[in-house]
Amino acid sequence: MSEVLVVVDHSAGEVKKVSLELLAMAAGIGSPSAVVVGAGADAAVAALTAHGANVVYVSNDSAVANHVVIPMVDLLAQLVAEKSPAAVLIPSSVDGKEIAGRLAIAVNSGVITDAVAVAADGTATQNVFGGATIVQAKVTHGTPIITVRPNSIAPVEAAGAGTRVDVVLPVSDAAKATTVTNRVAVEKSGRPDLSEASIVVSGGRGVGSDEGFASVIEPLADALGAAVGASRAATDAGWYPHQFQVGQTGKTVSPQLYVANGISGAIQHRAGMQTSKTVVVVNKDAEAPIFDLADFGVVGDLHTVLPELTKILKG
Amino acid sequence: MNICVCVKQVPDSWAEKKLSASDSTLDRAAAERVINELDEYAIEEALQIVEAQGGEVTIMSMGPAEAVDSVRKAISMGAHSGIHIADDALHGSDAVATSLVLAKALEGRNFDLIMFGSESTDARMSVVPAMVAARLNLPQMTFASKVEVNGSDLKIHRSTDYGYDEVVSKLPAVISVVEKINEPRYPSFKNIMAAKKAPIESLSLSDIGVDASQVGLATAWSQVSSFADRPAKPAGTVVADEGTGAAKIAEFLTAQKFV
Repeated sequence: MSEVLVVVDHSAGEVKKVSLELLAMAAGIGSPSAVVVGAGADAAVAALTAHGANVVYVSNDSAVANHVVIPMVDLLAQLVAEKSPAAVLIPSSVDGKEIAGRLAIAVNSGVITDAVAVAADGTATQNVFGGATIVQAKVTHGTPIITVRPNSIAPVEAAGAGTRVDVVLPVSDAAKATTVTNRVAVEKSGRPDLSEASIVVSGGRGVGSDEGFASVIEPLADALGAAVGASRAATDAGWYPHQFQVGQTGKTVSPQLYVANGISGAIQHRAGMQTSKTVVVVNKDAEAPIFDLADFGVVGDLHTVLPELTKILKG
Repeated sequence: MNICVCVKQVPDSWAEKKLSASDSTLDRAAAERVINELDEYAIEEALQIVEAQGGEVTIMSMGPAEAVDSVRKAISMGAHSGIHIADDALHGSDAVATSLVLAKALEGRNFDLIMFGSESTDARMSVVPAMVAARLNLPQMTFASKVEVNGSDLKIHRSTDYGYDEVVSKLPAVISVVEKINEPRYPSFKNIMAAKKAPIESLSLSDIGVDASQVGLATAWSQVSSFADRPAKPAGTVVADEGTGAAKIAEFLTAQKFV
């Protein structure tokens, strides 16, 4: 069975859920091989093996983080040439999409982004135009290079052979042309990562202020163990940081549960969340289009409903 | 400082978009065509750089005949000239082919900076800037929320999930910018009038040395086999809050095993 290369996203060896999801997806196409590089990569091997990796390509070289995406691209190009994998699966993140794009050029292959499923024959399912249209597409030249959205498949605990193969991370002149000199983290909230979260609590124009996010949206999110999202109206008004914007020009999320509060549901916003499995809506305006997506909706004032809900959930 | 901003004409991002039933490509007639709104941030950033440091901004776009309107719109924001690459053979080109065409058209023009919006609002792939950087072997300075040009040194804030990375490179380089890096300006009346007469160079594939067999729908390296509208969601339960709204949501969440 051909290998399927899975690019692992991790932080100091702590594997992000999306990478485990990709291993489960890879098992449906061929034999999953994880590619994990960067500081702490060693620590990731056990979790990757436990979730089905038959081979784990490992490099602890931190150079991957110091030069924008290129060392990973060069390593993958080398592995594609040596192993002729059935596909390369990459998380649909900022880095992941750029790795996919450059790899496609490097190995003369087609690329598909934001797949939510990949069949055994490599046919990828994509939700395009904000989830309004479902597309089946296939790479028809070279090695299929496919980025996959988080939350597309459940991780599976099924131990693989986990054969460790140490690799040397190439650092080319092209890679050295960009250098990361500093990493700046915005204040850590302790909440789950927005793109990966299984529950997202989101606020829009109806929240009314940054204070509203702090006093109404965040407490509900914390009671549910959820990530916080915001509509463009809320981030444009400066009530919540831009990196939490869900929508056409922000993040696309597909959680198990999306709670939309004070969000009217313009296409700009729906495009980022309408593939959520279950949607709960709180909005004062009974005519708001967001109610079309609701599994459960309450027409009411979020400033009274949400604090009460938070209180109930906290018992 | 000479900067080329690559822009894409897309369906209005506030409108519903469709694929064409005949060949599964974007139905460009289904919605009003506008400049990809994320590209406007790249144009604004380029204008601010040349206003501070001198130089010219050129707009480049690949697209059907109507895309020239978007080139003129971009020029009316204050850019100096435009390049429009149009060829019937380009219809249905994928990102791999698009990056080839842009790279070939950019080659040898000696721009100090080549700028893009971080993604188009229709295809949303975010791969073309990285692909063009790879093809031209230029530093890839993408997803910038801040750009600083100092002589031949370039520094950006690259947006990440945790915040941003400070990344440095030399010029020339390829930059993509994210929304919120600036506030794109509205065209002035004077610039709108000037844009009508601004020079726009028209290029065909043969002008840039790309063979028609390398681009277009038939040779795209990824192909759509079928598509369908998402099935309409069955209507959910909506209740008016009469003091018990919160309790009813809690009940629903419990029944669905979220709590």
